[in-house]
Amino acid sequence: MTDVLEVTGLTVGYDGVSVLHEVDLRVRAGTICAVLGANGAGKSTLLRTLSGMLRPSTGRIVFEGTDLRGVPVEHLVRRGLAHVPEGRGIIAELTVAENLRLGGLFRGDRRELRATMAGVYELFEPLRERRGHLGHQLSGGERQMLALGRALMARPRLLLLDEPSLGLAPRMAARTLALLRRLRDESGLSVLLVEQNVRSALSVADDGVVMALGRVVAAAPARALAGDDQLRHAYLGF
Amino acid sequence: MDRFLFLTVDGLSRGAVYAAFALALVLIWRGTRIVNFAQGVLAVATAYLAYSVAGATGSYWAGFAAALAAGLVLGALVERLVMRRVAQAPPLNAVIVALGLVLLAQGVLGMLYGTQYLPFPAPFSRTAMTVAGVPLLSRYDLFVFGTVLLLMVGLALLFTRTATGLRMRAAAFAPDVSRLLGVSVGRTLTLGWALAALVGALAGMLVIPTGLGLHPTAMDLVFVSAFTAAVVGGLDSPAGAVVGGLAVGLVLSYVGGYLGSASTPLAVLALLVVVLLARPTGLFSGTGARRV
Repeated sequence: MTDVLEVTGLTVGYDGVSVLHEVDLRVRAGTICAVLGANGAGKSTLLRTLSGMLRPSTGRIVFEGTDLRGVPVEHLVRRGLAHVPEGRGIIAELTVAENLRLGGLFRGDRRELRATMAGVYELFEPLRERRGHLGHQLSGGERQMLALGRALMARPRLLLLDEPSLGLAPRMAARTLALLRRLRDESGLSVLLVEQNVRSALSVADDGVVMALGRVVAAAPARALAGDDQLRHAYLGF
Repeated sequence: MDRFLFLTVDGLSRGAVYAAFALALVLIWRGTRIVNFAQGVLAVATAYLAYSVAGATGSYWAGFAAALAAGLVLGALVERLVMRRVAQAPPLNAVIVALGLVLLAQGVLGMLYGTQYLPFPAPFSRTAMTVAGVPLLSRYDLFVFGTVLLLMVGLALLFTRTATGLRMRAAAFAPDVSRLLGVSVGRTLTLGWALAALVGALAGMLVIPTGLGLHPTAMDLVFVSAFTAAVVGGLDSPAGAVVGGLAVGLVLSYVGGYLGSASTPLAVLALLVVVLLARPTGLFSGTGARRV
């Protein structure tokens, strides 16, 4: 199976202090890969680097065979890589419909945009009802739907998701993860998922990567990680 | 009563121009959190170009079009060549740079055109037409109202109905997220400055004929009035800029009409101070929209 994303030797630092050390990572096409680890392990930094918001000091990020070095942030989504950032990034001053439109605007084809939006509304019915509401009027669950829906407007092939279940009721979080599985199975979407909730992340993921203090300490199929008691105790805390 | 009516209409006409000029300030503030102190002198520069073009072609409208086009280009150049360099710096840097630009541009304009007031006629009669025995609106006032109204409708359509407008709003509210969604934030900033300078140029073309004439400092007092208007309305709010502009126009017209025109500059500053003390965020901002 080919890799949709291949990261090798990624090192990133803020103000001279490195936060990621020599990180290697691969996401196979059409699979969900969970990045696990305690707070401060470097998970969000990893995602921010992958989506071009931070520049690595060394290392390579290869997306579908092309090196992403020097590609500006705003071009990544055109290539098929969408990022739902930490905190979801809903634009509070825009309506639900405007947030969604913005997600697919780069394609410039009105008819396609409308069709994609209809598809998103089908996945997230509550958004259709609230399409005229401003972002800051939404509940936590609705914001999550909007963030995911807006990312899907770009019709990405790889989705970077930062803590999708953070602040959500358990039922809502489970529904989000189930949706990821469905998108993977039905449209071959690949997902790189950063998640605090290890158990539920491993339950939907195909592969898992465990990070600690900016390094990758384990990479294995999700099932193997879930079954490795020693690793679980040492790094994942359950 | 007649005098009151006349002053009201005159105030609204002036206020319409302040509203447009304030709108230009709001456009840039929303996108960059910079108050463009150079906006007045940019507008004056385009008016000088209009003066030259009108003199060479004999057509007021050729000059008018040249001023608007020059506004677009100047705004884009100022953003690309100057403001982009101080975008990441502390806010005071942008203020100082803009003020430097004012001195530089006023100096250069003075060298090119001299510092005497040049005649800058209006394209229509400024004599008030008499309605039911009361001298009210002039043809020029009507032209001013019509132009500003057209401008506002145009801007409203641009921002609410077009993809470019959506990108500009998104980039202004949340630049980092917008970038992730594929918006070239740099490009929307350049466009925002170009558009603001175009609006400023238009306001300059409308207001300079009502003053003493063309001079490198011809827009200074207009700038202070429009800045006051924008602060009154809340720098974040386009609707606030319009209401603020009209309000400031009315106040200045009444003060000038009843207390003498010498007191208007003082009145503008007094109003600005009062607003800053009483409600520094403006009347129309802070409606509860917060970043999520």
